[in-house]
Amino acid sequence: MLDSVSQTARSFIEPRLPRPVSDDEDFFALGTVNSLFAMELVLFVEDSFGTTVPDSELDLANFRTIGAITALVHRLSNTAGAVQAS
Amino acid sequence: MTAVIEPGALAPDLALIGVAERARAFCAEYVDGRAGDFERDAWIPAEVVAGLGAYRLWGAVLPKAVGGTGDGMEAFGDLHAEVGRACSSVRSLLTVHSMALHALERWGNAALKLRWREALIEGNLVGAFCLSETETGSDARSVTTTATPVADGFLLNGRKRWVTAGQIAQVLLVFARTPVGVSGFLVDADGPGVSREPVTELLGTRASMVADISFDDVFLPREQLLGREGMGLMLAVDALDIGRLSVASGSVGVIQAALDESLRHAAKRVQGGGPIFDHQLVQRLIARMSVDLQAARLLCTQAGRLKDKRDPGTINATCVAKYYSSTAAMRAAQDAVQILGAVGCGPGSTVARLFRDAKIAEIIEGSTQIQELLIAEAARQEHATRQR
Repeated sequence: MLDSVSQTARSFIEPRLPRPVSDDEDFFALGTVNSLFAMELVLFVEDSFGTTVPDSELDLANFRTIGAITALVHRLSNTAGAVQAS
Repeated sequence: MTAVIEPGALAPDLALIGVAERARAFCAEYVDGRAGDFERDAWIPAEVVAGLGAYRLWGAVLPKAVGGTGDGMEAFGDLHAEVGRACSSVRSLLTVHSMALHALERWGNAALKLRWREALIEGNLVGAFCLSETETGSDARSVTTTATPVADGFLLNGRKRWVTAGQIAQVLLVFARTPVGVSGFLVDADGPGVSREPVTELLGTRASMVADISFDDVFLPREQLLGREGMGLMLAVDALDIGRLSVASGSVGVIQAALDESLRHAAKRVQGGGPIFDHQLVQRLIARMSVDLQAARLLCTQAGRLKDKRDPGTINATCVAKYYSSTAAMRAAQDAVQILGAVGCGPGSTVARLFRDAKIAEIIEGSTQIQELLIAEAARQEHATRQR
């Protein structure tokens, strides 16, 4: 089953790239996106998934691939859920 | 018995009015009619700096929910437009302070926020932004200032140039190279090893108290690192995004001031049997200023609203607003000087000051040419999306 987070991330990211990328492909390495795009990605994650990316997760490694972004969103969702449940 | 109204009793309750209204009241009390003096003295008096605190304007980049004094980023733009109308130098203090305060809120750890946030919101401390070096401007990747890891922190060495508010700021947002990459730090400007050298005879925003700042083995505890090592480029982009909205909005204020001065002069200056406003070629200049004012204001409003929605499109919208507003301010100031003629070129001329300040706005926080690169790339991406 396709991950809806991954699909949402892909729909935002791929139009900015010259070609489709796999989930684990570093799209910053394609050389067509810049540091402005990194900031847009942070805003995208926060806006689309209703979360705040904490200081400890503001690492470019979390935004380099669709897989990393998907993992980040799931991690943040689990953290928020754990906080709500406690 | 006659009722006695105590001094200050009729002043607005600052807790009840919005940030744009507070900005208007601040300008009326502290700035209107004095910007020429500030420029001549290359200095903003301490009571004006304190006035920004009295009207709770320093903390407007942060929402009230986190202890700030703002009403959102659309209102932040309105604030900077109003102050920019009165004096670009005063606006520039708010610009760099807001960049530093935003970076602290977004990227700082709890200890750092506890140490500096409240004082920056209240204006008891002034912040500044230190990116440029002799060989480093728009390319943040090329910084040569170093932050060398040592026990419990870093040693900062290097020299930053063109630091707005650098003569008075106490908290500096500094970008330096660590072994991991460019990183951002907050630095106590009054600490050991920090020295400042005022920069004088600037083309414009002459009262913005610019300094070059040197760091000589300045010890930074690890807690003064913002975000993580190597995240400096993203941090710089984030801070510059705030600065660009400020400069864009301040440019709206410059256009407003140029239009006001042009209309005032065109109505009273008589040539050829009537006021020069009656000349259609003058009306053409006025019309262009008026349209530019409205367009620039709308672009800034759009950028601010997208920020308030945390829409990723705000990054490009802010570049567009900065590009349009600053270039339109240059056009407006140039045309205002033309309309005022010799009067506009004389000593103490308001429009001459606007002309000088507008040119600075075209250069700082990403020059016009940098904005064009970014905007063109965004257009290309949008086009590619539509083609798929």
